[in-house]
Amino acid sequence: MKAYRSMVLVSSDPLSIENGANEVYQAIQAEISSFGLENEVSLTMVGDVGRHDAVPLVIIYPEAVIYGPVQPDNVHHLVEEHLYKGRIAAELQAPIKELTGKIAWLTARKGTLPAEQRIVLERAGIIDPVSIDEYIIHDGYQALAKAVTEMAPEDIFSTLEKSGLRGRGGAGFPTGTKWRFVKKASGAKKYVICNADESEPGTFKDRLILEGDPHSIIEALAIAGYAVGADEGYLYIRGEYTLAQERVKNAIAAAREMGFLGENIFGTDFNFDLHVHSGAGAYICGEETALIESIEGKRGEPRARPPYPTTNGLWGKPTLVNNVETLANVPPILRNGAEWYRGFGPASSPGTKVYTILGNVNVTGLIEVPMGITLREVIAIYGKGMKDGKTFKLAQTGGSSGSIVPASLQDTPMDFDSFAKAGVALGSGALLICDSDTCVVDLTRVLLNFFRKESCGKCNPCRIGNQRAFEILTNISEGTAVMKDLDDLMMISDNLFQLSNCGLGQTSGTPIRDILKYFRAEVEAHTEHAVEEHINHKPDEDQVDDGLDDAAHGLAEVLKGPVAKKHVLPQPDQDHHGQIHDKGVGEPTDRPPWITEDVPGDPGDAGKYKQ
Amino acid sequence: MTVEESNGKLVIQAVKNAVDRFGASKDELIPILNDVNREIGYLPSEALDEISKLLRVPKSQLFSVASFYRMLSTKRRGKHTIQFCESAPCHVAGGQAVWLAVKEHLHLNEGETTPDGKWTLLTTSCLGICAVGPVMMVDDDVYGNVDASLVPSILDKYQ
Repeated sequence: MKAYRSMVLVSSDPLSIENGANEVYQAIQAEISSFGLENEVSLTMVGDVGRHDAVPLVIIYPEAVIYGPVQPDNVHHLVEEHLYKGRIAAELQAPIKELTGKIAWLTARKGTLPAEQRIVLERAGIIDPVSIDEYIIHDGYQALAKAVTEMAPEDIFSTLEKSGLRGRGGAGFPTGTKWRFVKKASGAKKYVICNADESEPGTFKDRLILEGDPHSIIEALAIAGYAVGADEGYLYIRGEYTLAQERVKNAIAAAREMGFLGENIFGTDFNFDLHVHSGAGAYICGEETALIESIEGKRGEPRARPPYPTTNGLWGKPTLVNNVETLANVPPILRNGAEWYRGFGPASSPGTKVYTILGNVNVTGLIEVPMGITLREVIAIYGKGMKDGKTFKLAQTGGSSGSIVPASLQDTPMDFDSFAKAGVALGSGALLICDSDTCVVDLTRVLLNFFRKESCGKCNPCRIGNQRAFEILTNISEGTAVMKDLDDLMMISDNLFQLSNCGLGQTSGTPIRDILKYFRAEVEAHTEHAVEEHINHKPDEDQVDDGLDDAAHGLAEVLKGPVAKKHVLPQPDQDHHGQIHDKGVGEPTDRPPWITEDVPGDPGDAGKYKQ
Repeated sequence: MTVEESNGKLVIQAVKNAVDRFGASKDELIPILNDVNREIGYLPSEALDEISKLLRVPKSQLFSVASFYRMLSTKRRGKHTIQFCESAPCHVAGGQAVWLAVKEHLHLNEGETTPDGKWTLLTTSCLGICAVGPVMMVDDDVYGNVDASLVPSILDKYQ
């Protein structure tokens, strides 16, 4: 992502356009190039900023100064003063008034946006990742030194707890508490593991941390080892991440040479060493018990929990498993203290979050910002607006197992609690931004295709449910589904959530639930329902009127034609057993064998078997 | 990934090298399988026999592991392997059209190998390079921002 010194946003709601926003935009563009500032200043049209008294508004970051109403005649002065000379053009500022509603987000974090707040990516891209010296110069291994020489494990736990750090893998479990559990578990031999099996679609934050700043994770693992009483640790790195593996192996060797790993670290009696274990291509190995199975040389099938890894993990010993991003937060917290960390983001989930911005925005990439930023901010400021000026329809957050967040929720602060309250999940930090051309059925079908392939097959609800849901979604996208299929789909989604053994199955129904909640009309328009409805409501049922029938069919074609055509697959699809499913059009859909209407299943009973 | 003739000697040598490198321990099973798979292009039955002997692990268990992971293959693969990302970010960026172009260019379906043994076409889940989607990998080379018209020129680079 290109770094700009300033960002200029021009309001582009209808009223602003009427008052010359387009002309102002063009004038600013011309002035920026006449001052030669193209590489320093970015210019973006944003939608309605919720204030109509002084439009068109021009908002300049990072100072968050609001100008308005701006006319093309003022633009030369504005650009010269603010962007070229760096002075606020006070006479053009919009009247200051109590800001409410949508515009509040623009000024709430005055001075901090759009500059990112980097904690875990602090050094990535700045230091040479293969040089341990550069890491040390940038405060490297200070936190480890402080931990092993000055702090008791109890101090570390309470610092982490006070900092409010929560696991960044998606679940948001308090990190200090998890560490304490492992410390308390009985047994002399313990392990710490860094979960770097990052395979959540749309997420590559862990790769960037490992490739850009590998020592920070080694330092954090050594601190974790000291705190929980482990002398051995593993980094389980995804098989496809060959560069990250190489960098980490290189870093471990350098750390051993400098005495940050090995025996008597910093002259104490603390011994610790690390191994790198490569994955072999399995999404499920990001689930911590599957990851442990995989390190033990088995199929990556999740274990039944409890017991949890904190008491019975690798080789049956108490094991701490943390995500890369979580661990990367530990050294800065120990260096700077819990209070410092709490200064970022909202009180309930302090700190920063690394997001990957993808999809139909002008700029895709990776950002690290305080928790609690909204989607609207991410799109306008970091994504630099929707591509081709299209409308924002939905965001798919947190990779495949995250939520589908409709545009109506784009002002919800993205932190664990606010998202949970809104009924959506933050997940891994992937933000797949989709415009109005995106078909929700098609998108969900792609997600379910992922799950049916990545399901490990150990438990039936997940193995069969995802396959069946995928088949129904295929029927819907081809226009051959009936209304009852939507109910089946919802039931499968519920069953997946209630009955699956691990997080994969429990979350794979989420996109289904979300599209039926937020986009039901669009899903229904894909089914034969739309056709039947029209035919059944002919003005006169008895009268046979070929012309009207044709019209009805014509409407049906219009209703399902463009969408259906778009995603009809020209080839029969293969499932993961290599069997070919060639679906005839209009073929009746079967219910999954494990769902019958006679035995609806009691969610209360099912709950008993979960954790 | 290059495919050697699966003649016994080469396979056994590849297994020996891998076991020497990682040690004849059950914990190192997946790294060993990965290494052999990389060396030979897939895991022929002879390789599993040899690993089973050296690690004292039943072949059935080796097969259960080898068939579980996407990066391991018990089926012979072509000289070049195409891995096409079919995850949502690449889909939203227009991956479906590129996928159809690849299939059409090679006359292959997912999981198939061309009769001349040159190409194997696979789909993969997210490769973590989503900012430049649609993404595909040919052997170890990653191609981002692929569109349908670029497919022939990319594939022509491989002999």
